[in-house]
Amino acid sequence: MIELQNISKTFRKNKDEVHAVKKVDLSIEPHSIVALIGPSGCGKSTLLNMIAGLYPPSGGKVFYDGEQVTTVNTHAGYMTQKDNLLPWRNVIDNVSLPLELAGVSKEERYERTRKMLAEVSLDGFEEKFSSELSGGMRKRACLARMLLYEPQALLLDEPFAALDAQLRLAMHDLLLKLWTEKRQTILLVTHDLVEAVTLADRIVVFSKRPATVTYDEVVDIPRPRDVREVRFTKKFRDIYNSVWEHLKDQYDEERI
Amino acid sequence: MSQDDIGAAAIDEIETAAGDSEAGLGSVSRPVMLVLQILVGFAFMAVWYASSGTLVDSFMISDPVAVARKTYGWFASGEIYEHMWATIYATIIGFVIGSLAGIVGGVMLGLSPFLSRLLNPYIWAFNALPKVALAPLFILWFGLGIESKIALAAVLVVFIVFVNTFAGVREVDHDLVDSLKLMKASRWQLLTKVVLPSATSWIFVGLKTAVPYAVIGTIIGELIAANKGLGYLVQKAGSEFDTAGVFAALVVIAIIAVIINELVGLLQSRLENWKVVSR
Repeated sequence: MIELQNISKTFRKNKDEVHAVKKVDLSIEPHSIVALIGPSGCGKSTLLNMIAGLYPPSGGKVFYDGEQVTTVNTHAGYMTQKDNLLPWRNVIDNVSLPLELAGVSKEERYERTRKMLAEVSLDGFEEKFSSELSGGMRKRACLARMLLYEPQALLLDEPFAALDAQLRLAMHDLLLKLWTEKRQTILLVTHDLVEAVTLADRIVVFSKRPATVTYDEVVDIPRPRDVREVRFTKKFRDIYNSVWEHLKDQYDEERI
Repeated sequence: MSQDDIGAAAIDEIETAAGDSEAGLGSVSRPVMLVLQILVGFAFMAVWYASSGTLVDSFMISDPVAVARKTYGWFASGEIYEHMWATIYATIIGFVIGSLAGIVGGVMLGLSPFLSRLLNPYIWAFNALPKVALAPLFILWFGLGIESKIALAAVLVVFIVFVNTFAGVREVDHDLVDSLKLMKASRWQLLTKVVLPSATSWIFVGLKTAVPYAVIGTIIGELIAANKGLGYLVQKAGSEFDTAGVFAALVVIAIIAVIINELVGLLQSRLENWKVVSR
């Protein structure tokens, strides 16, 4: 259970104040997939950073499983927009890093890593350095790395934005498959409403900065979902339209 | 290979290099460049040889043949080895001690904003000291033996390595550190898996800059008070008005510095092979 109580975040630079997040209350049910959607730069990433415990909120409290998050939240795996691969390590050593930190033997972690790399179609790239990979490949390496150490909660910040449409569907499929096995709590920040409806149990719409919750909708499309077909169902269309009604206001204002 | 052979080969190479001058002089291949470098050396010695006794008193600048003869004599008789060994030993030990101290200090202060702010004025005060002036003190403390030379070399090295390591540790990508923290990395793991590897290129800049200073430290120690070492040879030859001997000792010193520098470069390319790949 992730709980945000009256969260605000203000960044100060000299005399300028930027209100990134304002008075957000949000509870995330354990084992659910929740999509956070809203205009870019609205403070969704800031929210994830606070849940990960990378920096404290200016006001309000973050709770994880009933405990206040005051330092780095090691229950959560965090996939940021920027790929945080170590440039001096090749793919297999990057992806197996969490197992290495946990003291897993080299043989075992390589074996598990190779399996995971095959899942994200990065097999054959084990020896490459991150500077030799495309943006999408780096994202997949990050995803593989995060899935490999099996955190209870996944914080995904636009994880599939850099991928082409086919690969994105494959990753959606993979994510749902792994979620069915492990039932992590997943918080997914995205711009893509189709992605949000396809994957999530619930969609939370944020306003433009400072981010506040403007709309909250439950996606009650039954699981398992076929990530390729689900978008053509009537239910999907209804949910899409009702969320879009609220989302488009945020964009219209922004355009002016 | 005789001197004439090298010269003839070099002229050939210069002509072929000039032939494809559109490619630019910067793209000259490695063996050609080596030959050119040797050629520059010979040209310098030719000028030296010609001006000795004509333009300048040969007592002042000796001449390359005399220097070569002197150097050869030292190696042939074997008397040079004791001095070379003394200098190399003090340089390397001093370099290693100074580098380790610089790296440890740089990492500690780089990771602790409090310590670095606290010690900042003292560090810069220490850096402003002419450390060569510490030589008499070290001789007083550590005696006339090799220890005082090691200390002087280490003191000259430590600050250079420290400053570079400090900067490297400060430059570490904090997002990388955060992402490892989320993976439950311990402080020690953060240091060894992120901070040190990412500071490696900075540390090596420091190490490479420090090599000549280690040599200088040792030589100055030997100039002031010693009974062996290349610095001692320089000092002894000078006091005997033996300019060829002074030059011969300097040549050996320069060769040692080049060799140590190459060794550090070799170590660097071993540790940073990922950078070569990414080009």
